[in-house]
Amino acid sequence: MNTPAIEVRGLRKSYGTKAVLDDVDLTVGAGTVTALLGPNGAGKTTTVHILSTLVRPDGGTALVNGRDVVRDPDGVRAAIGLTGQFSAVDKLLTGEENLMLMARLRHLGAKRSKNRAAELLEQFDLVEAARKPLATYSGGMQRRLDLAMTLVSAPSVIFLDEPTTGLDPRSRHTMWDIVRSLVADGTTVLLTTQYLDEADELADRIAVLDGGRLVAEGTPDELKRLVPGGHIRLRFADAARLDAASRLLGESARDDAGLSLTVPSDGGVGALRTVLDRLDTANLEVDDLSIHTPDLDDVFFALTGRVETKGTES
Amino acid sequence: MTTITAKRQTAPGTRQQSHVLADSVTMLRRNLLHMLRYPGLSVFTIVGPVVLLLFFVFVFGGTLGAGLPGADPAGGREAYVAYVMPGILLLTIAGSAGGIATTVSMDMTEGITARFRTMAISRAAVLAGHVLGNTIQAIIAVVLVLGVGLLIGFRPTAGFIEWISAAGLIVLIAYAISWLGVAMGMQAKSAETASNLPLVLTFLPFLSSGFVPTESMPEWLQWFAQYQPFTPFIEAIRGLLLGTPLGWSPVLAIGWCVVIVVAGYAWSMAIYERKSVR
Repeated sequence: MNTPAIEVRGLRKSYGTKAVLDDVDLTVGAGTVTALLGPNGAGKTTTVHILSTLVRPDGGTALVNGRDVVRDPDGVRAAIGLTGQFSAVDKLLTGEENLMLMARLRHLGAKRSKNRAAELLEQFDLVEAARKPLATYSGGMQRRLDLAMTLVSAPSVIFLDEPTTGLDPRSRHTMWDIVRSLVADGTTVLLTTQYLDEADELADRIAVLDGGRLVAEGTPDELKRLVPGGHIRLRFADAARLDAASRLLGESARDDAGLSLTVPSDGGVGALRTVLDRLDTANLEVDDLSIHTPDLDDVFFALTGRVETKGTES
Repeated sequence: MTTITAKRQTAPGTRQQSHVLADSVTMLRRNLLHMLRYPGLSVFTIVGPVVLLLFFVFVFGGTLGAGLPGADPAGGREAYVAYVMPGILLLTIAGSAGGIATTVSMDMTEGITARFRTMAISRAAVLAGHVLGNTIQAIIAVVLVLGVGLLIGFRPTAGFIEWISAAGLIVLIAYAISWLGVAMGMQAKSAETASNLPLVLTFLPFLSSGFVPTESMPEWLQWFAQYQPFTPFIEAIRGLLLGTPLGWSPVLAIGWCVVIVVAGYAWSMAIYERKSVR
């Protein structure tokens, strides 16, 4: 029905003998958010730099809105916006001047430029700081201005390279809200992140990169189902019931002090129904039930065999 | 199939052409704002030549002036002000190259320049903004240095036509040297080393007819002085402002400017492309 906003096939890039990207395929549907997830050095930034025409790939094809990044870079540039890891703002100008600079380079015309700048200052809560030099801006403010500059021409595809790295929790949530409102307006977003919760929170689909290779791709739920570690936790009113259930369900771990039983499960509805049906048939009443699906930390660990992204939640 | 590809490639090209001027003006505006906000470098390009002018006139001027061919030994200093002024003006322009090289080198490492590269802006516009900004700055510096010269006794004999011609030539030279300065800044590995290469340019006026007549130099140096671009630059300005014989110097000066502009443009664009897409 609709052509994908981003289509990457067999993308390769190496610096010297070190392969940074090795045969990466990626498809991002128009109007969706895809997160590129991976540790430092996984190739996330290189992918974004190739897609935004900053870096030339060694092999494979990359199309943005159907335009080839190598053969038609200006066609790609007209449709995209990039907010990189390092702030792409002119530190010698004020916030307003930065926005006006972008508006002029997007050829909006004098009046529309002014209006658009004012609109974005309002939207990104920078009105008071508009005429102040950037030296007085906080990290969060600079990041907001950076994104506002990307949005001057309302690009249809936006790349966000680690948009919340180094931000405090509040600024981080503000940034998430901004991303959500962009997507609500139909913008396609490709974001890179090391934060599993961020990918889980924002993305429709997640592509996991490790050492330049795509190791998994799917919805957050699909990825979580890829790994074992999910379980159902059942709590009972007394020890007798716990005993009965333990005998009934066989392979499970019991916690006598907490009167609870942990049953392994893939987290799907089918497995849950089987357990409940068996308890029902045996007439055993459950006091409390909770389902634990594996989180992306577990996914990442299972896929790459390493734990280096652990402990990133702030 | 081939026709489609061909069309695709020309379309953005023509689009780009139509915006080259507008984008260059936008970039120029940005650079002028930088100069207004942070005038440190700009002030330096003016103060340097003024100090040298005063130094040469009041310290060396008496002796150097007395040694000029046909000069009256008693009026050495006055004669030397007239003789050295064109050289100082060209030194002012040459000195601006160091400033722009540093500015460009710093700017290339800024995130904003990476952003420009992801936008459909003419690549030449980013550099042209720097060149035009520096040209304007160099012209302002020349005017101010000339003002100081007038205060300490420089008396040009130029008429209206000569003044206009001299001004035009100054603009052209400043434009050419700016392209060279931008290329040198692009070439530099870091902002700290960016002004090293342009330092060569500031030596050239000394190794020309700017401060002493080339005839007084040893033969090998004389040869170099006669064939390097700053000698025709200085001789042309001197001829226009003071009525000394012009000879071929205006033609040579314009020719050198064209060569320098083309070389500086090609050099800096090649590096910009190479550094843009890795």
